[in-house]
Amino acid sequence: MSTELKVPELQSPILDSKPSLFEKRIKPFWETFSKNKAAVVGGGIILFFIMVALFAPLLAVYDPYDIQLDNKLQPPSAEHWMGTDDKGRDILARILYGSRLSMGVGFAAVGFGAFFGIIMGLISGFYGGWLDTVLSRVLDVMLAFPGILLALAIISALGPSLVNVMIAVGVFSIPLFARVVRGSTLETKKLEYIDAIRSLGANDFIIIFRHILPNILSPIIIQGSLRLATAILSAAGLSFLGLGAQPPSPEWGTMLSSGRDFLFTAPYIALFPGLAISILVLGFNLFGDGLRDALDPRLKS
Amino acid sequence: MLLYIFRRLIEIIPVIFGVTLVVFLIMQMVPGDPAVILAGEGASKDAIDQLRTELGLNRPLYVQYGEYIMNVFQGDLGQSLKSQQPVIQEIMTRLPITIELAFYSILITIVLGMTAGIISAVRPYSATDITVMIVALLGISLPSFFMGLLSIYLFSVKLQLLPVAGWDSMLHIILPAFTLGVGGAAIVARMTRSSMLEVVRQDYIRTARAKGLKGFAIIYKHALRNALIPVITVVGLQFGALLGGTVLIESVFAINGLGRMIVDSIRTRDLPMVQGGVLVASLVFVIVNLFVDVLYRFFNKRIELN
Repeated sequence: MSTELKVPELQSPILDSKPSLFEKRIKPFWETFSKNKAAVVGGGIILFFIMVALFAPLLAVYDPYDIQLDNKLQPPSAEHWMGTDDKGRDILARILYGSRLSMGVGFAAVGFGAFFGIIMGLISGFYGGWLDTVLSRVLDVMLAFPGILLALAIISALGPSLVNVMIAVGVFSIPLFARVVRGSTLETKKLEYIDAIRSLGANDFIIIFRHILPNILSPIIIQGSLRLATAILSAAGLSFLGLGAQPPSPEWGTMLSSGRDFLFTAPYIALFPGLAISILVLGFNLFGDGLRDALDPRLKS
Repeated sequence: MLLYIFRRLIEIIPVIFGVTLVVFLIMQMVPGDPAVILAGEGASKDAIDQLRTELGLNRPLYVQYGEYIMNVFQGDLGQSLKSQQPVIQEIMTRLPITIELAFYSILITIVLGMTAGIISAVRPYSATDITVMIVALLGISLPSFFMGLLSIYLFSVKLQLLPVAGWDSMLHIILPAFTLGVGGAAIVARMTRSSMLEVVRQDYIRTARAKGLKGFAIIYKHALRNALIPVITVVGLQFGALLGGTVLIESVFAINGLGRMIVDSIRTRDLPMVQGGVLVASLVFVIVNLFVDVLYRFFNKRIELN
């Protein structure tokens, strides 16, 4: 832009080298993030569960669906670390395989919600006017449904299944992403560089997706990691109610639900899937908090 | 103030219409023809057609929605497919139970959450603060239904102090209200803490300190009042999560409230009951939020005037 200007100092090697993405974004982020011990622990927990999900067939000694009635209701032992359930299935093997379902449905639901929420938020924030008014009213209505009740209504129409739980939890994540994106878009589109790009002839599509979206990724990522915790909780809750994954699926909420009947005689059936959900959600919460501190400059003290 | 309340009342009208529209449309998405289902297996085509005309299902969607709205405003939410009783009647016997549960839970959320948050904020980064914040994080991460089962196991099975399930006495209320309220308490505690820490940094607190006021007086008289304003909004939002949570907790503790009615009705595919239950719960939430907004405005105003 300022090619006419001759600034001799700029030729020094340090100033001349353009900072790479790594130096500009990732390095300072990692420096703040890695200082936050809780966030690192959270990231470690998430990584651990992702590994478990990927390598479940290698880690599990037993078949998670193999019914062995003469082996039923065994308390935890050297052979079955977490015991066996009422059908004689190895609980550890079921938890290992279940991590794929419980985490998968969480990621899918948040991905679903993020996709539609981001598009709605970008359109709403960028164009404003009647489009913004209409979309904002739609979001208000979606937010008027308390907690998982909107999900319940959707499931009652689509029928109980894990895929429908994913859709239902995804739908009630949409307004939360849309809000965050709309707010950030409103702020970003006022900045001067957007005017500059527009005067260079860029169309709306390029401005929105090449120049606004990359600059509002931080709040989206923060919202995403915190939403994952809620999505996993809600999905497990809906399966717990018998509205999601159906037995004999090793989905953790479903396992917890079938453990209810044995609370008096074999509490470990409910204990281990419950702990698995809690630890995974804790991981996402710790990680999300850490991300927020590292990425959100407004909250830095 | 009155003008503000009036304006907010007007504002929630489109939201209420939107909620009824969403509930109405979701029920239209249900696969299968209601007339076929109602007529039962092996019904003749004529019988199904006749039923469809009787139910008005062959009319355009907007006419059906208009009629639905009219009925809703007259308190007619249709009939249960199972018991043939009016849906509103079933809701009216169950709603008070859910409201009672929600009331005690939100009490726990507010009292426990604010106390914990204040204790944390008085000495930030002390051992007490860190312990409280770790417990709060666990409170957010533990699913309420898992906490419910754990507490049943501990207090009812092992210690035999409290009843396992039901809704007959004050003793029955303790466990469900606690497990439902504690997650919100954790969120309120975190919010109270960060809000307090924010306020403590302000100049007027430094002035108060310079005046020679002791820690407790500063917190109680100056910091707390201002710090609690943003917390009000969080409590309002928590009420929504809590209403949703009753669905799970009522199932865990076998309480015959509105939430359990909705879940049971989904299982038996009694759609008018689901529709009515979700609608009423959402309307309660909209009204509570209006109340919270007014409260927020009221407290904010008072401080502006001061």
